[in-house]
Amino acid sequence: MTTAEKRLGTVANYVDERTGAAGWMKKSLTKVFPDHWSFMLGEVCMYSFVILLLSGTFLTLWFDPSQREVVYEGVYEPLKGLKMSAAYASTLDISFEVRGGLLMRQIHHWAANIFMAAIVAHLLRVFFTGAFRKPREFNWILGILLVTLGLVEGLFGYSLPDDLLSGTGLRITSAIIQAIPLVGTYISFFLFGGAFPGVGFIPRIFTLHVLLIPGAFLAVITIHVMLVWYQKHTQFPGPGKTEKNVVGQPILPVYMAKAGGFFFIVFGITAFLGAVASINPIWLYGPYNPGQISAGSQPDWYMGWLDGLVRMAPPLETHAFGHTISWNILIPALIVPGILFTGMALYPFIESWITGDKREHHLLDRPRNVPNRTALGVMSITFVLISLINGGNDIFATVFDLSINQIMWFSRIAIFILPPLAFVITKRLCLSLQRADRDLVLHGRETGRLVRMPSGEFVEVHEEITPQERWTLTSHEQQPALELSETDSRGVRRPGGFKNKIRVRLSKAHAVSVPKVTAQELKEIEHH
Amino acid sequence: MSAVSNEIEIIDDPGAPAHVPRAADLNPRSEKRAEQQVAILFGLSGVGSLLLIYSYVFVADDIFIFIPIMGNQNAHQLGLGIGMAMSLFFLGMAAVHWAKTLMPETEIVNHRHEFRSSDEDRADFVKTVKDGVAGVQLGRRKLIKRSLAASLGLFALPPVLLLRDLGPLPKKQLEMTSWKAGTRLVTDPGNRPILASDLEVGSVVQTLPAIAEGTERLLSDIAKDPVLLIRLRPEDFQLTPEKFAMTHEGIIAFSKICSHMGCAVALYEQQTKHLLCPCHQSTFDVTRGAKVIFGPAARPLPQLDITVDAEGYLVARAPFNEPVGPSFWERNSQ
Repeated sequence: MTTAEKRLGTVANYVDERTGAAGWMKKSLTKVFPDHWSFMLGEVCMYSFVILLLSGTFLTLWFDPSQREVVYEGVYEPLKGLKMSAAYASTLDISFEVRGGLLMRQIHHWAANIFMAAIVAHLLRVFFTGAFRKPREFNWILGILLVTLGLVEGLFGYSLPDDLLSGTGLRITSAIIQAIPLVGTYISFFLFGGAFPGVGFIPRIFTLHVLLIPGAFLAVITIHVMLVWYQKHTQFPGPGKTEKNVVGQPILPVYMAKAGGFFFIVFGITAFLGAVASINPIWLYGPYNPGQISAGSQPDWYMGWLDGLVRMAPPLETHAFGHTISWNILIPALIVPGILFTGMALYPFIESWITGDKREHHLLDRPRNVPNRTALGVMSITFVLISLINGGNDIFATVFDLSINQIMWFSRIAIFILPPLAFVITKRLCLSLQRADRDLVLHGRETGRLVRMPSGEFVEVHEEITPQERWTLTSHEQQPALELSETDSRGVRRPGGFKNKIRVRLSKAHAVSVPKVTAQELKEIEHH
Repeated sequence: MSAVSNEIEIIDDPGAPAHVPRAADLNPRSEKRAEQQVAILFGLSGVGSLLLIYSYVFVADDIFIFIPIMGNQNAHQLGLGIGMAMSLFFLGMAAVHWAKTLMPETEIVNHRHEFRSSDEDRADFVKTVKDGVAGVQLGRRKLIKRSLAASLGLFALPPVLLLRDLGPLPKKQLEMTSWKAGTRLVTDPGNRPILASDLEVGSVVQTLPAIAEGTERLLSDIAKDPVLLIRLRPEDFQLTPEKFAMTHEGIIAFSKICSHMGCAVALYEQQTKHLLCPCHQSTFDVTRGAKVIFGPAARPLPQLDITVDAEGYLVARAPFNEPVGPSFWERNSQ
């Protein structure tokens, strides 16, 4: 035994005699993680979160979250002598006078964008592969909670510098709050500490941004990851992989080295972006003044789709009994996103109600094999993308030399037509891909080699695929649609007939698929 | 195409594919090379750290260097950033390359177990809970149950109440601006009063209400008070008589705060005489009293009644006759 081993043994013994950790650790260190590039998306989320904590802590050392008015006396000439909030002045100081401050600000902002992008990509991966199915429904809901927290945290974060652009964002935020019937005005006055822009909002959202929401994040992320650990990761179907096993690399050493290394790679790429790609140059916007605005005001992209919805809303207000209800704000900014996020959170339960499937699933779906779900996902993406395009309609108008009105009218019509169209097209595409899979299993791969037969006929030689590939293309389940008869065994009409009818209808649509190749079919082909 | 049953004979699982050894597993020279590559990557990370330290200490922050594509870049910032990026990125690459080429890569299989507890455990659990609940005796002790409910209900109120002092009550603040009858319109920036005769046809001026010498404007006032002055030819207007009476020799005054969400309606198009809000593109027609002709805004911009005082300076004849800015529940828009 070497000295190093002896020393390590002493430490391990000390800890184990006090915690009994050896038994648990032994099991954990050989825990298996399946390998797939798309499983790294969740990792990117977690690593960006750590990067955000580190770079954010650095920024708090100099940032002054106060709306106290000061006169700028720093090194940035164009703003010298201007009145501004201490928050804005200290952000200028971080950018120009703290060495590495600008780099950290840009890393922090880039990390926030990467964080949100990775969350969205991870969410889509989980959705399209059906990883949210039993027993992982809770974790899906926690994920929805995390993306919601991310939106709020991001909005608060880019509002803190109190520049002209972010102040405009807060003006819009306050208008959304004011639009809430009955209590909106009061909530707005309480949050802002008076009439907009108030005196209290920056220090208040600072506390939320650096303490309360990160704390909530930390708690939810911990549960999210612990559940993955406890329930074991899902895996893609393939030879040797079943619902009862999990195949991959053990934590020690390969997974740990790769995951640990990957953290530094993500951090490195974020730092590179922070070094070469300017983001949110607040010194160009100037301090916030509610009487001014810069043209082309845009929120960050993850809020941009909401802004796009607000832009395309029709000018609807109800005036009655001395009160005003702003549908043009309530519908796009609160009601539609509310429905979207609630629907998203409930989706695992809706799908299991439709399919009647209450079993555990640890093998992932290939998106083409569940056309309905995949189509629904693409439909939602289309909806958000159109909104996002409309959120940047002023930019698109300038770049593509169109009028804003044209883009706005396109969006207003497209938001109703394109998502359903995307649904239909995606479903067709999925079925075509299933057909292609079927073809591949039955007839093999086209080799491009033409052979002339003795009869003079030309045929293309097909190459048989491997048994492994064949298994991957045929191992998925094709569940039949639910059959719920309208009457029970005694011929009496069941209660809830209408609900059942809808359920059967949806179930039928969900189960549509191209029959996969069976062993009999393969045998028949071989005989020919 | 139809829904298919699952009770068909499926193709057999051929099992996991055979393990294919890597170059480094077979060839000592490949192994050596992989080892050297990992060491080089760690070395590059070290170079990055040194670059960061060098830039921090020795490169002044006013030196600019030309980089193709990127143009002139601040050498200090770039050195810090690239140094940090290299130090992190290559550290990660080294670890991953090490894991991929040299660490054992045989896959192993763990087994899964259904999460459902055994029937026995579940029965025991139910019994434990039932016994526990029975021990609490809530079902029998009505008095405790009711007082508990009442105290919990009351307990929920103080936390809400404690937030009351976050801000003042709205009262009439959203309905009021600083404009009063006789308030002079002054330029923003500049605070100079405006002679009606100085405004040429087609000109636009941003104004605020005049304030006493030496007083400070509150930001919350700047959020409500800005007014845009636009001078057209009187015959360009298509206004109701009341609205026309609020103009002065072709000069019309609107609140600059958007009636949609309160952004500053800052874009004026000379040709079409339209005002455009850059936030959500609500478009207002100046000639028709800032009527909404496009976008999500539901109400025209409030118009300020203006005239001139004895010295010929523009003044408000009356305060705004409706609240400016975005709608809110208490707004009486009739």
